[in-house]
Amino acid sequence: MQVTITIEKKPGVLDPEAQAVNQALSSLGFDDLQGVTMGRQITVSIDTDDQERARYRAAKMCESLLANTVIESYTIEINEPS
Amino acid sequence: MRVAIIVFPGSNCDRDMMVAVETLTGRRPALIWHKQTNLDPVDLAIIPGGFSFGDYLRCGALAAHAPIMNALHDHAARGGAILGVCNGFQILSEAGMLPGYLARNKELKFVCKQTTLSVSSDTSCELIKSLDNSEKLHIPVAHNEGNFFADPETLDAIESNGQVVLRYGNEDKQNSGNPNGSLNDIAGICSSNGKILGMMPHPERAMGAGHESADGKKLLQSIFEAIVT
Repeated sequence: MQVTITIEKKPGVLDPEAQAVNQALSSLGFDDLQGVTMGRQITVSIDTDDQERARYRAAKMCESLLANTVIESYTIEINEPS
Repeated sequence: MRVAIIVFPGSNCDRDMMVAVETLTGRRPALIWHKQTNLDPVDLAIIPGGFSFGDYLRCGALAAHAPIMNALHDHAARGGAILGVCNGFQILSEAGMLPGYLARNKELKFVCKQTTLSVSSDTSCELIKSLDNSEKLHIPVAHNEGNFFADPETLDAIESNGQVVLRYGNEDKQNSGNPNGSLNDIAGICSSNGKILGMMPHPERAMGAGHESADGKKLLQSIFEAIVT
């Protein structure tokens, strides 16, 4: 089962990269821009048909390596088979 | 004095550190490959600078889970001394052995320059006890992710426990030479027991003869003195 993990900086955590992109977009004239956050998307395949189990294992992966929970939060989404 | 230097794929300051340690102690430190699972008893374990695992995922994240790290956690639990320099600092922070996080430099640029450092007057770091905190140290940095960050509670705790060891610039003057935007000008911190020191500047690149400064030698010397006594 494929699981998509999205990792983002927690609110209040300094993200100089997102700030730079924000400034660049503003200077391009996007004056309705209210903010930019940047993250990382990771897709993992897990050997199970049980969605709850897949979610649980993906969360374990985030907690132990994929996210640094001091500064990052993560969301987990099950990819429905097409 | 038994010193071990932990080497990861992508470490690039391990040899410089080895020369620095041998110069000061007269004994060549052991270079320990990250795949080893045990660490013979040592007085000091050093994680050198570099780009372990290509900085993939986050700087230090993959190294923080390498096989040798269990042995390093055991060493720390026994009250053992650890020094992490640059990428070594990032690895200690990813391994949860030091608080906070080292984010991208504020200006989004790799900085490679000489810095002026103040030794905190109230530091609880056991490893630099003999270092004269009235003198400024000149030690270079070379990093892309050295921007120390911690949430306000953690930062308060670090400050009030005396865990800040080194700051960029003059301690009494904020933002006087901070190269990366780190909170409170922090350049180096220690663990709550004062035995684990993480610092972004490279003392092994300030060893006198041929280097711009000899203050790194002074800092390393104070660590060896602290361990012997």
